[in-house]
Amino acid sequence: MVPIAWYLILSAILFCIGVAAFLIKRNIISVFMSIELMLNAVNLTFVAFAQQWHQVSGQIFVFFVMVVAAAEAAVGLAIIIAVFRARNTLNVDQVDLMKL
Amino acid sequence: MHLALFFIFGALCLAGALNLLLQRHPINSALSLIVVMSSLAVLYLLLGAEFLAAAQVIVYSGAIMVLFTFVIMLLNAGKEERTRGSKLAYIAGFPGAAALLSLLTFMFLSHQGEFARARIGEYVVTTSELSRMLFTDLLLPFEVTSVLILIAILGAVALARKEH
Repeated sequence: MVPIAWYLILSAILFCIGVAAFLIKRNIISVFMSIELMLNAVNLTFVAFAQQWHQVSGQIFVFFVMVVAAAEAAVGLAIIIAVFRARNTLNVDQVDLMKL
Repeated sequence: MHLALFFIFGALCLAGALNLLLQRHPINSALSLIVVMSSLAVLYLLLGAEFLAAAQVIVYSGAIMVLFTFVIMLLNAGKEERTRGSKLAYIAGFPGAAALLSLLTFMFLSHQGEFARARIGEYVVTTSELSRMLFTDLLLPFEVTSVLILIAILGAVALARKEH
């Protein structure tokens, strides 16, 4: 028997580690991975609340988040490849201009 | 049983997430993110979400992370270097994340009495239950996501294609 609050605190910790990694990491792929970590933390919150109120809709939300995350990962990684071709670097500090 | 599994896989989640934060090489971060996602699948199972646990393993730790490792290897990403921006990020990043964490934890702990306790097997959403809702009430959003994925595939191919 585990209180739902513990699951929520676990997901809060994961989300905050994701926020810290998003701000601190300088590699564009690592930044993108920390976004995935934040999405996963929010998914855990949705599932925990679905258990709390015995509702299916929380899990439906997670399903749609997963679908959007898959699409986002495909497009985002394609953009990263395009940026690397144009700039020859993955450091976010050197990709701060829209112009070449 | 539930408590022990929660602590084991919760600790694995935290260790993987911290490792993602501390490693300098992106491939190490990617592999620790796989650990986080796989142990989250076990936590979903504990919370009675059996379809989502399977989908988490197949979609997240399977498809998405394989894509990530492929791109890291394709671009031959090395260790990230320290720049002036990273010093600024340290100053802003850690206190900001710590403040957010303390706010969220305070909120959850102050409302702890209103939350129920999760037991294994008390409320399990079966795949048929989930799919019935998905294919009756939410048929339109479900079909729209298939169009979204089609557009994403076309966009990814168009973006990653070599220009001649």
